Amino acid sequence: MPAIPTTTSARLAATGTMTPFAQVWSGVRRGALLPVATIAAIILAVWYLACLPMNRDLPQLAHVDGLVDRYRVAWSLERPLLPAPHQIATELFASTLGTPLLRETADGMVLNPRNLFTHAWVTVSATLTGFVIGLILGIALAIAIVHINALRMSLMPWIVASQTVPILAIAPIIIVALGSMGIVGLLPKAVISAYLSFFPVTIGMTKGFASPDAMLLDLMRTYSASPTEIFLKLRWPAAIPMLFSSLKVSISISLVGAIVGELPTGAQAGIGARLLSGSYYGQTVQIWSALTMAAIMASLLIAVIALAERLTLNAMGARP
Amino acid sequence: MNSEIAIDIRNLSLTFETGDSAVHALDNANLSVAKGEFVSFIGPSGCGKTTLLRVIADLETPSLGSITVNGMSAREARLNRHYGYVFQAPALYPWRTVEANVTLPLEIFGLPAAERRTRARTHLAMVNLAGFENKYPWQLSGGMQQRVSIARALSFEPELLLMDEPFGALDEISRDRLNEQLLKLWKKTGKTVVFVTHSIPEAVFLSTLIVVMSPRPGRIIDVIDCDLGDERTLDIRETPEFLKLAHRVREGLRAGHSYDD
Amino acid sequence: MSNAQTATAGNPVMRLVAALALGTAVAIAALLLAHRGAGGLLALAVIVAWAALWYANVLWSRSQSLPNMLASLAGKGVPLVFGLTLVFLWEVACVGLKVPSVLLPAPSLILHKLASSLPQLGADFVQTFVRAALPGWLIGSAAGFAAALACDRYDFLRRGLLPIGNFVSALPIIGIAPILVMWFGFDWQSKAAVVVVMTFFPMLVNAVVGLSAAGRIELDLMHSYGASWLQTLLALRLPAAMPFLFNALKINASLALIGAIVAEFFGTPTLGMGFRISTEVGRMSLDMVWATIVVAAVAGSTFFGVLVLIEKKVTFWHPSNRR
Repeated sequence: MPAIPTTTSARLAATGTMTPFAQVWSGVRRGALLPVATIAAIILAVWYLACLPMNRDLPQLAHVDGLVDRYRVAWSLERPLLPAPHQIATELFASTLGTPLLRETADGMVLNPRNLFTHAWVTVSATLTGFVIGLILGIALAIAIVHINALRMSLMPWIVASQTVPILAIAPIIIVALGSMGIVGLLPKAVISAYLSFFPVTIGMTKGFASPDAMLLDLMRTYSASPTEIFLKLRWPAAIPMLFSSLKVSISISLVGAIVGELPTGAQAGIGARLLSGSYYGQTVQIWSALTMAAIMASLLIAVIALAERLTLNAMGARP
Repeated sequence: MNSEIAIDIRNLSLTFETGDSAVHALDNANLSVAKGEFVSFIGPSGCGKTTLLRVIADLETPSLGSITVNGMSAREARLNRHYGYVFQAPALYPWRTVEANVTLPLEIFGLPAAERRTRARTHLAMVNLAGFENKYPWQLSGGMQQRVSIARALSFEPELLLMDEPFGALDEISRDRLNEQLLKLWKKTGKTVVFVTHSIPEAVFLSTLIVVMSPRPGRIIDVIDCDLGDERTLDIRETPEFLKLAHRVREGLRAGHSYDD
Repeated sequence: MSNAQTATAGNPVMRLVAALALGTAVAIAALLLAHRGAGGLLALAVIVAWAALWYANVLWSRSQSLPNMLASLAGKGVPLVFGLTLVFLWEVACVGLKVPSVLLPAPSLILHKLASSLPQLGADFVQTFVRAALPGWLIGSAAGFAAALACDRYDFLRRGLLPIGNFVSALPIIGIAPILVMWFGFDWQSKAAVVVVMTFFPMLVNAVVGLSAAGRIELDLMHSYGASWLQTLLALRLPAAMPFLFNALKINASLALIGAIVAEFFGTPTLGMGFRISTEVGRMSLDMVWATIVVAAVAGSTFFGVLVLIEKKVTFWHPSNRR
């Protein structure tokens, strides 16, 4: 018989999405540590084994014989097609903790562009700015939609339809249009992140604000409550679970938007810029370490939201 | 009624291990059911009546003791399709028509299409649902869905019919009608029926044998022969013989602390 | 209906029709005026047209006061009027305020470019959608489903792979594009590979949930028939999983198109929607960029719409699709 689900995982399962950490953690508590560790170890082993066949056409391997030697060379190539995991880890550490974070320039101490944290910060700052803007706009529009019927009927079909349209493709236009007005740097990327994250928040919050049971709304009506009171006392609290699951989707999408926003005009700083320059100059290990950094950032951002969710829901007396 | 034994249960015990505690679902049950009997298991929740039924059906494995069904182990009886099971809910597949639902077991058992169709129609007619073959489950009422479930259990003509509170979710009037129909069906087919219920009048009305059970741990308190005769209509529920049997069942339940908190 | 009833019933309808007529007429007038440049008269016309069309929407959304025929059309009519109003405002603002087309081209310019570049756009569409997005979507979804079946059969695999799968699907997978370009070259294969990776995990997660969606009682029923794993899968668990599988297929449809287009931002031969967007953006011919985006939007929504139609046929029995 399966064990009782733990607090976070049960609530998250109820809201329909599981954060990666919550899944892994609840899995650990359910005794999934062994399977997860085994599968992870298998993936790692397959990765190491794959380094030789993937890199076999590189010149450094041309004159090396013997399986052991070939593998040793394959795991320490300078520009491998498939770097070994330890190479990525080494590069990651070297470019973050192994490089000074600040650097002396004519304008004083600035963030060192050789440090991967700098690039991470550039992308994350655009992500968070856009995320907050999208959040505020999304909630505001959701409030309007729930209270004005004509707005709901006019807008909702378009918002839902927009999910089937590759909106991310508009990113280059935003960059160039704003660039021609002299707006560069963080703001264009934030705009992209904002309009990407706006849609899940609007859809989620509209569903959340409309989620209270008809009986509960009737109860408010018997108290002659005003629409504002109904909103603050009933609709808003009822929408909180939906809010957090939308936020998790929204933050991932904002991050992708910020990264993609760095591609069209070949930005100089940011994770996307590192990916692009790595692919132009054939620096594969740089690409992989930038990708790992992006993964770490995504996990951290979602974990922060998950923590906020747990604290909020606990304070609201949600079922453990 | 046959003198052959359909179900033989000896010293049967079943304990569920859950995390920190053990639940004694069944404790040293002994029972012998002859072929052609209509047996009811009655008791409050937690007395083990559903568990006992599931052990007969090989849906649970006993921890101690033995059970034979039609002279073979419960597992063999299941693999040889000796019984049809009717659950508390109709458990019909919503993507299949009524007829396709009844032919489901026949498909699994590999019967040819023509034979499947005739059997389905015959058994749907038996439960008075002729003409509903092409409807979908959600187009039928709860009582009708349960009748489809019974037709499905009978379609491959098993010797045993195992029913777990099949009418529990229905209103009393539908229940009365279905009880009558079930009794007619049983008389017509001569099968052995094991019926789980928590309704005393239902148990006394339908059965030839009543097994009274009590909880914590699940035990058989009393086994009552129910000889109200062959021709039973709903009116016999007001006769003194009926009330005497119902009283005896209730006494058994009280003795088993079923009415305690 | 009595005369009094017809009088009151006719009123909202007449007001609706009047508002629509007024709004459309003034809008057309405004569009013609716009070519003479901005001015007080133009601004007035725009405001009147906008107000009239919005009022029409408000009336149309009050379905209780409308006859049934009109009310049932409101679901499609209201967003349509809203959308057209938006396009009108876009057009009149661009033409009237003489907005430079490098900043924001007018809809008329976009449509004109669309019509005159159909062969080019068609070739791009084939490269991105037909050669990269669609095959990637099929392979990724099929692989995800196969992995889910394996997870279903072997519990150890499910407990190990599913948390990892959930973890990976939260990451910006699009970043894998440059790596795949290095492995598979610049052509459509690398873009299809990106789509495969992006669509694998949503299908894996949804399919695993779907395969366990069959009820306890229904599973016991199959067990009582002595049915094999395969028989139970085909007769019960697969049909019960269909709503979840289609959910994943629809999510994957959007991801496939986005993945294929954005992957082209990282490098591609001289063809493809993503390539078209990034090059034309560099050339500042935004009307072509918008035309490509219109094609992408139509492709995306049509793909999605087809899936919804198929879903309605296959999962006709699900409570959300009945009646």
